[in-house]
Amino acid sequence: MGLKQNLHNLKEKYKGTKMAPAFNALHTFLYTPNETTHSGSHVRVVDDLKRTMNTVIMALVPCLIFGIFNAGYQHYAAIDASLRLDPLANFFTWDNFILGAWTVIPLVLVSYGVGLLVEFIFAVIKGHEVEEGYLVTGMLVPLIVPVDIPLWMLSVAVIFGVVIGKEVFGGTGMNILNPALTIRAFLFFAYPTWMSGDKVWVHGAKEMASQPDAISGETILGSLAQNHDYAYSIWDMFWGFIPGSVGETSTFLILLGGLFLIFTKVGSWRIMLSSVIGAIVMGLIFNFAADAGWIKESSNFYGLMSEPFWHHLILGGLAFGIVYMATDPVTASQTNKGKWIYGFFIGFISILIRVFNPAYPEGVMLAILLMNVFAPTIDHYVLQGNIKRRLKRLKAKTA
Amino acid sequence: MGLLSKKDSRLILDPLADNNPITIQVLGICSALAITAQLKASIVMAISVIAVLGVGNVVISLMRNVIPSKIRIIVQLVVVAALVIIVDQVLKAFAYELSKELSVFIGLIITNCIIMGRFEAFALANGPWRSFLDGIGNAAGYGLILVIVGFFRELLGSGTLLGFQVLGDPIEKTGVYAIGYENNGFMLLSPMALIIVGLIIWVQRARNKALIEE
Repeated sequence: MGLKQNLHNLKEKYKGTKMAPAFNALHTFLYTPNETTHSGSHVRVVDDLKRTMNTVIMALVPCLIFGIFNAGYQHYAAIDASLRLDPLANFFTWDNFILGAWTVIPLVLVSYGVGLLVEFIFAVIKGHEVEEGYLVTGMLVPLIVPVDIPLWMLSVAVIFGVVIGKEVFGGTGMNILNPALTIRAFLFFAYPTWMSGDKVWVHGAKEMASQPDAISGETILGSLAQNHDYAYSIWDMFWGFIPGSVGETSTFLILLGGLFLIFTKVGSWRIMLSSVIGAIVMGLIFNFAADAGWIKESSNFYGLMSEPFWHHLILGGLAFGIVYMATDPVTASQTNKGKWIYGFFIGFISILIRVFNPAYPEGVMLAILLMNVFAPTIDHYVLQGNIKRRLKRLKAKTA
Repeated sequence: MGLLSKKDSRLILDPLADNNPITIQVLGICSALAITAQLKASIVMAISVIAVLGVGNVVISLMRNVIPSKIRIIVQLVVVAALVIIVDQVLKAFAYELSKELSVFIGLIITNCIIMGRFEAFALANGPWRSFLDGIGNAAGYGLILVIVGFFRELLGSGTLLGFQVLGDPIEKTGVYAIGYENNGFMLLSPMALIIVGLIIWVQRARNKALIEE
């Protein structure tokens, strides 16, 4: 008797009881169920919510694997700077992988364990099916936090994000804010010493801070915000050999993931493209202001303002946010025109916050959350505009 | 209850739970968000509002037959403003540090919707004794929520209660801090107060389904 049959039997056994949703979820997550709807019309499609979610997870796996190597690499490179001279040769090593897995895998396990537990509890109490929404959130969360975040903090944040960010609004599909970003924002405001600064991005940097051979693991954005130079080349940034949150450093892999999402039509290319345009526009405005001499070199903002606009695209979490979180179908705008507006402002505001608020060097999180709130309003006006235009056309025809 | 008739005791008890001004009528939210980061401030605010609303309701009730209805709002404002100034002066005289902490919010009791609401809805139509009970009850219902929110925000945000370090010393790393616990900075920001009020509303309505609106 195979696993599928076992799961099916379990499901039948618990049918109608309180625990039924939990077993249904296990079954349908792994297999297509045998039963069909008995009444009414029904549509049979291959890409139900679970497959959509799995597609996004597949697009995230390269980032996760890269993040595991990077966690180890950043640690060893911070101790021995000569490793940075040839990142390619020193990156994909077993040492890096083992250390990285030791620090990153627990994050993934805690994120999924706690998040799914909350989902299962809510499903059993409320008596509905377990919703699939957490599958992607659970994978995103470990990728957007610093490697050394204590696991209990992550658990608290996940509970907060799933309950306050999603379940109180009615669960998957009803949430206003992206749950993964709600979790990150909670961590960011609750435990700022673990989420920003120059000691959190490299494994072990906090413990070594008091020792004479202290290591600095400042992110590039952090350095720029203080008008410091950074020691990484453009290619380091593009391939991702830089300190940062676990899975967001490699622009190259994010780009691949983005293309995969566009190709499978899971992610909206309109949002991705317009976000990039928005970021470029804001970056160009700042570059122009810096070139025109409107801002002094001693100013706090000079470092970030004078950074060439296209660097912003490969720095920090902007690319990751645009590809994997701005495109969240639940919290983004639904109309095509709305998607352009929504995306544009995400890019635009990200760079604005990044440059003008040194306390929040990563603006993309706040920009996406802000636009999540505005998305329904944008849709409303796009729809109204459409209705008005058609009414006018109708009048012109009948008159 | 021997002291109060059943009808009168309801005036005090109802606003504490099923007709709470904050969680059911959703009034007085602004100050509930602003001053609840510390338990002490919440308690002082609660006592101040109890004093203002209790006395104010009696004053308005005594004057209810002589106030021309066209200018009643202005009369009510004068009464509440006078009472708030008295409370403010008392705090300045006897608890100066605390009054500096509460700063503008004592003055803003004037704008607390609960006070004008009770004047309008109750004191103008009832006798002084019943108005007094109603004022105390509503202000206590408001204060109760304030104290609950203040308790959680101070405990989880600063690790203290009324200024005492009940969870240990965060700098010396004693108590729960020794095992890696840290204060939650988000608790000290106003949005978290709104979320806690929301959670109280959630719990209350989950326990008593009759409170859920359509």
